[in-house]
Amino acid sequence: MRTLTVVGASLAGLYAARELRAQGFDGRLVIVGDEPHRPYDRPPLSKDFLTGRADEDRLVLADDEEITELDAEWLLGTRARGLDARGRTVLLDDGRTVSTDGVVIATGASARRLPGDSLGGVHTLRTLDDARALRDELACGPRQVVVVGGGFIGAETASSCTALGHTVTVVEAAALPLVPQLGAEMASVCAALHRRGGVDLVTGAGVAGLRGTVSVTGVELTDGRTLPADVVIVGIGTTPNTGWLAGSTLALHDGVLCDDGCATALPQVVAVGDVARFGGTRAEHWTSATEQPRVAVANLLAGRTLDTVRSLPYFWSDQYGARIQFAGRRQDGDTVRIAEGELADGAPADGGFLARYERDGRATAVLSVDRPRPFMRARRELAQEESRMRSAAP
Amino acid sequence: MIPVCSLEDLPEGESVRIETTPPIALFRTDDGDLYAIDDTCTHQDASLSEGWLEGCLVECPLHAASFDLRTGRPTCLPARRSLRTHRVTIDDGVVHVHLTAEEGTAA
Repeated sequence: MRTLTVVGASLAGLYAARELRAQGFDGRLVIVGDEPHRPYDRPPLSKDFLTGRADEDRLVLADDEEITELDAEWLLGTRARGLDARGRTVLLDDGRTVSTDGVVIATGASARRLPGDSLGGVHTLRTLDDARALRDELACGPRQVVVVGGGFIGAETASSCTALGHTVTVVEAAALPLVPQLGAEMASVCAALHRRGGVDLVTGAGVAGLRGTVSVTGVELTDGRTLPADVVIVGIGTTPNTGWLAGSTLALHDGVLCDDGCATALPQVVAVGDVARFGGTRAEHWTSATEQPRVAVANLLAGRTLDTVRSLPYFWSDQYGARIQFAGRRQDGDTVRIAEGELADGAPADGGFLARYERDGRATAVLSVDRPRPFMRARRELAQEESRMRSAAP
Repeated sequence: MIPVCSLEDLPEGESVRIETTPPIALFRTDDGDLYAIDDTCTHQDASLSEGWLEGCLVECPLHAASFDLRTGRPTCLPARRSLRTHRVTIDDGVVHVHLTAEEGTAA
């Protein structure tokens, strides 16, 4: 293969480019990114970057030295708009085309938006540009902030806004935030973090509309109430960036469908990160973007699925001074029990806690709030157990 | 030189975070050896004393940047900068960490 193209220049795209070079590809490497920035890390955008504790230089994923070493052609500020039937030509929005012998699709996802969000003061938080705009606005004096969505972006953003001295309400459409990730019992415990953090959590109500003429003045809820707001942050999930592949022969359904080795139906076309519907799910974890590329690239270079991604899902969230960590695969019906630490009034007690999930007598996942070391041990045990089971299976 | 804890209070595979400025992480590996390095991951703000210890390597709990405890050098990305290492001695059953001076600190 003489030319390989990575479409997407964020976390997964960068790791894919690194893997290509590390696994011996020394041909022409083209990296296409729709943002004008070199790869940067998104997690701090809702945390230290928003509060001003860290600046843009702390977000950089690859320094000048590494960029030089990668020896790639960077087409930044350029959006891909199509892929031909065989996956051998990438069409770009400026009219150019890239002829390629293989493709890594790493186009990520975009923040879902609410109708009426062209009003001033309404923000999503996915990109550096989003974060800059929000940070600037939050620095203009005390604000009445409404955060729509109680997931990780919502909670972390609410936590940062409260730390900056603003009045914050979080609106979550479900009965509790984070139920799909943590299960109902633990979701209830983590929901208490909002209230303990001084944030008003409204649940079971969605957004019916945004009020205001030029700038937002309020958020109308489906239960009839209107919350006054001069800043609204929308954190209601993402949609995978697969629009550009609509005319291609790839299977798309909430992401690019691929197998356990990140391979798509097209030979030499693999998908990684937030855009990939890998093994039936689109995990949207930081670790998906960093762990899938090694396997995806090996399979791309080999021309077939030699290896599968075997790592245990892992995510963390820093909210209101607490660190939530989760590892494993939880399903509805798994039982959960507090293994260490305790709760106080349904909220994590001061020393935090460790909870273990089980199914049919076997550990499936572990959750910790402020217990990083026991968590690390439990995560390690889960990974070892999974590895043992895999080698035992026929 | 900082007395940290008695040796028997630091079992193999465990770590302790010393609240110096900047903080230091002290590790006792599975082989029983002791190492001390700066605690804060050079990649992003995470405590390595909360990381995953495997042999002589410690892995950052957030982004899996891995450091060699013997040299302070990162073994893989995302970290690129090394950590300071500090000498560890045992006197009378008490573990002591000898701080390595900060290099090139601006006046």
